[in-house]
Amino acid sequence: MIGHRFRLLCAAGLLGAALGAPPASVAAAEPYDPWPGLVQDIFNNRPMNDGSDVIAIEMPYRAEDAAIVPVTLRTKLSSDDVRRVLAITLVIDQNPAPMAAKFELGPDARVSEISTRVRVNSYTNVHAVAELSDGKLYMIKTFVKASGGCSAPAAKNAEEAKNRLGQMKYREFAKDDQSPTNGTREAQIMIGHPNNSGLQRDQLTLLYIPAFFINELHLWQDNSPVLSVESGISISEDPNIRFTYVSNGAKLFRAEARDTAGHVFQKDWKVDDSGS
Amino acid sequence: MEPAGFNHSSRRMGFHRVLLCIVLALAAASISARAEQQALPVTEIAPGVFVHVGDVALMTRENEGAIANVGFVVGDNAVAVIDTGGSVREGRQLLAAIRAKTDKPIRYVVNTHGHPDHAFGNAAFLAEGAIFVGHKNLPRALSMRGQFYLDAFRGIMGDELIDEVRLVPPTLLVDDTLKLDLGSRTLTLRAWPTAHSDSDLTIFDETSKTLFAGDLLFLTHVPVVDGSLGGWMQIMGNLSALPAERVIPGHGSVSDWPAALADERRYLDTLATDVRISVKRGTPISAAAETAAASERKNWRLFDDYNARNATAAYSQIEWE
Repeated sequence: MIGHRFRLLCAAGLLGAALGAPPASVAAAEPYDPWPGLVQDIFNNRPMNDGSDVIAIEMPYRAEDAAIVPVTLRTKLSSDDVRRVLAITLVIDQNPAPMAAKFELGPDARVSEISTRVRVNSYTNVHAVAELSDGKLYMIKTFVKASGGCSAPAAKNAEEAKNRLGQMKYREFAKDDQSPTNGTREAQIMIGHPNNSGLQRDQLTLLYIPAFFINELHLWQDNSPVLSVESGISISEDPNIRFTYVSNGAKLFRAEARDTAGHVFQKDWKVDDSGS
Repeated sequence: MEPAGFNHSSRRMGFHRVLLCIVLALAAASISARAEQQALPVTEIAPGVFVHVGDVALMTRENEGAIANVGFVVGDNAVAVIDTGGSVREGRQLLAAIRAKTDKPIRYVVNTHGHPDHAFGNAAFLAEGAIFVGHKNLPRALSMRGQFYLDAFRGIMGDELIDEVRLVPPTLLVDDTLKLDLGSRTLTLRAWPTAHSDSDLTIFDETSKTLFAGDLLFLTHVPVVDGSLGGWMQIMGNLSALPAERVIPGHGSVSDWPAALADERRYLDTLATDVRISVKRGTPISAAAETAAASERKNWRLFDDYNARNATAAYSQIEWE
């Protein structure tokens, strides 16, 4: 008797749940892995070696703000390694423009760390590929949960953003372990720019807001290149590059940035040699 | 263990008949529940001022996006609606609540700003012939962000709730202040510089001295910085000087004014101070976001959902100071 009623209640409960349930969402298909295609498009199918002893990448597993996701790249080569890192390419696999940036490291600057902020459009693998002076590519990857970065509304404060276009700021950070002869410095360049992705649609006109972004940045200490960056829409609004390098005693730090509208922004700053 | 006789064929037929009845009854109940329009529960917090206090929660399919405070004011001749909720479904429930209280025409639908939890219900009022009212920046805000919101919330809330949503922009724009007349009842609307968002509007009912603060005021729910932290802090003086006796925040309970501002001011001040220290020290943005305003965690709900993002936004603004 009890068993009989229990079966009825169970069956009824399940059916009730079925009737009241929200519409079933489409079962997620196996996610498509774009990486093999990217190896072809970006790296010409060159062989990828394991880069875990060569470079490191640090990104939050879950991004707080998909439009401002911090990423840090570090070189791991020991000082007696004969090889040198020539360039590091950052690829955000699922982004509409997966090649986020290519950082070319100046031959004498010994850049050991680069941080910037990127837009992440969906849950995605992020690959960092280092090209070394031995002619080989070394790859590492990480995974980030974020969504909507590339079409996320630019400029929380549109007026301020407009006023900042092309403004450049330079800043040096104190390094705790810096000895007077060490010469290792940490600095940061910021450029005011909306970095419009071209993927955002104006809901009233239904037209896409045109792409308008910084695509090149060059940094020198006096005349010696520190870093050159080729970048795209995956870099966040107000591109921000923070990096560790070795000073050659230069008095001047110089930056030149270009955007897709042909603007050239240039500025230089006296290098602060007080050590702070 | 199955009861004796269960497998007997006639018993099994009976069982199936009972089951069928239950299935049909459940189906009928479910269908009739959908056909009848539910009214949003509202409280009359002052004569003619009605409010539904939303759940302090994230927008979900289950709560139908009903997380913001929405309400309406009834004058001698007309009604003004203030915010329409996080789905058209909620908007319809609000409309039903209005009709349960008054027959008067809805002359105005005012959005305190453009966030989905306050404006997704606008379409429910299109047939009422009302004028949509908002900050002069609201049309641009909806045009720039609308698609992003629709896409983001479609993933969270599902097609059924989001398909109906229309981003209805205001046609009556508030640049500084604007008075709306509901018939012997004046609402004074004020547009603010970028603070919580870039389209913040407050609505003051002169008759009852009640202030609808929109998301310029958060109680219980951690404040969300989606405009300018500095801008929000700068307007606090003028905001607190508004001559209201009680306030309806964008999230949280109806409260006394201006006392209700204290918690939020403390949170914003703490956030700004902590982030400024991090920027000065050169702490990288992700590390700063982990620790900023940590002392405030115990004071707010949904802290871990929003604080790090507030700190990230604040950091990227303070860096330019």
